Amino acid sequence: MSANIPGDLRYAKSHEWIRVNGDTADIGISDHAQHELTDVVFVELPAVGRKLKAGESCAVVESVKTASDIYAPVSGEVVAVNPRLAQHPGLVNSAPYGDGWFFKIKLADPAELDRLLSPENYLKQIAP
Amino acid sequence: MKHTPLYPTHQQLGARLIEFGGWEMPLYYTSILEEHQAVRTAAGLFDVSHLGKIRARGVAALEFLNGVLTNDLRQLPPGRGQYSLLCNERGGMVDDLYACRIDAEEFLLIANASRIGADVLRLEERLAGFARRGGLELSNVSDDFGAVAVQGPKAAAFIDSCFQPGARAATSLRKNEIARFNFSGQPVFVSRTGYTGEDGFEVIAPAQMTEALWNKVLDTGRPFGLKPAGLGARDTLRTEAGYPLYGHELDENTTPLEAGLGFFVALDKGDFTGRSVLAQQKIAGTVKKLAAFKMAGRSAPPRPRYPLWSAGAKPEPIGAVTSGTQSPTLGMGIGLGYVPPQFSAPNTAIGVEIRGKHAPALIVPRPFYRKS
Repeated sequence: MSANIPGDLRYAKSHEWIRVNGDTADIGISDHAQHELTDVVFVELPAVGRKLKAGESCAVVESVKTASDIYAPVSGEVVAVNPRLAQHPGLVNSAPYGDGWFFKIKLADPAELDRLLSPENYLKQIAP
Repeated sequence: MKHTPLYPTHQQLGARLIEFGGWEMPLYYTSILEEHQAVRTAAGLFDVSHLGKIRARGVAALEFLNGVLTNDLRQLPPGRGQYSLLCNERGGMVDDLYACRIDAEEFLLIANASRIGADVLRLEERLAGFARRGGLELSNVSDDFGAVAVQGPKAAAFIDSCFQPGARAATSLRKNEIARFNFSGQPVFVSRTGYTGEDGFEVIAPAQMTEALWNKVLDTGRPFGLKPAGLGARDTLRTEAGYPLYGHELDENTTPLEAGLGFFVALDKGDFTGRSVLAQQKIAGTVKKLAAFKMAGRSAPPRPRYPLWSAGAKPEPIGAVTSGTQSPTLGMGIGLGYVPPQFSAPNTAIGVEIRGKHAPALIVPRPFYRKS
């Protein structure tokens, strides 16, 4: 269990985090998630322009051992993807909340953010 | 789950542990990629105590084993080992193992941990019908011994200091040679063998000495870059080296000829279990053949059980991946799988089905990686 859980983010039960900047938001996976996955070797990201619904499977993270689905924490349109992950998938492990971000969306419904977990509640989930 | 004598050591080192064939073993200590890298550039230390060790001793030991293993033990002088297969009557592989000749009349078989039971059963069945069974003693000594593997280009730089000086140094062993060395007043077996594609040594010691052996090797090797390495790295390393793994490329329904292991099948040595089927298959050819492939360009890694397809306008299913990974050394996806012989030639284009799409790949010769 990795207890690095930044206080300015919100979290999905499926271990994605979201950082809101006005009407857009960056999304990635938590430190706990990258630790469970082990070394990330490949990331498949959604296409720019794709419209996502909250909870929809939208990306895949491949570690040395296994492939894992990533789910959109909230609904929105993909406006950017992290261009560095193609050459440096290990950023997901070394900087899960920074340079290891996955994609940016334009929020369709900011009210959905209230359904996500606070840092305290996410901690409770991963360390019951 | 079973534990090797090094279980407390793995815990102390903070290893991430997983279940493997009934054993609780380290997947990694720091990271799979770091440990893989250590083996390729310096050295890695693996706990391989879970491997099976079966001893056959006596005047009839050679005759008995030669009648049940595929390779020719008559070629083996004392102090040498050879890779061999244990087959069933259909020529299917029960296990792949190393047959080591300790002495003229003493052999030690090093087998897969997951196959110890199957191996012992088959050998005992065979022994019951063996005319000269009074001339040998067969014993499963798997739990009496622990073992470690030291693998990497720097292993030879420090391995000699791990043992008490004697008539010969461990580094004087040539590939596949095995000899007794003195560790802390006890005899241990050291062989110049391994499963990573690098130079290396495997050490078999009495179970109660395994922890002291591990600590000595680790202390001696650390200044040279030696790191503990787990099963995760063991798998990526052997895949890069093109080595098969029982349960993936090898099973009871696959013959050594299909797996590309004909070199280790001595059809002319006399009879052995499965010989007649293999002799026929050698003439008639096989319907499936183990091939190696590389992903062509950026792609998710191939994984076991992903379907393989022919390329072109009308793709047909041709097989499945048996082992696959993102190669840390080569930076691309690599894999092994069985295909009909007509698809097995190097440079044949194929497709690997990954999440519903056919990712392009190319058949290549093995190994993917060769040590420099």
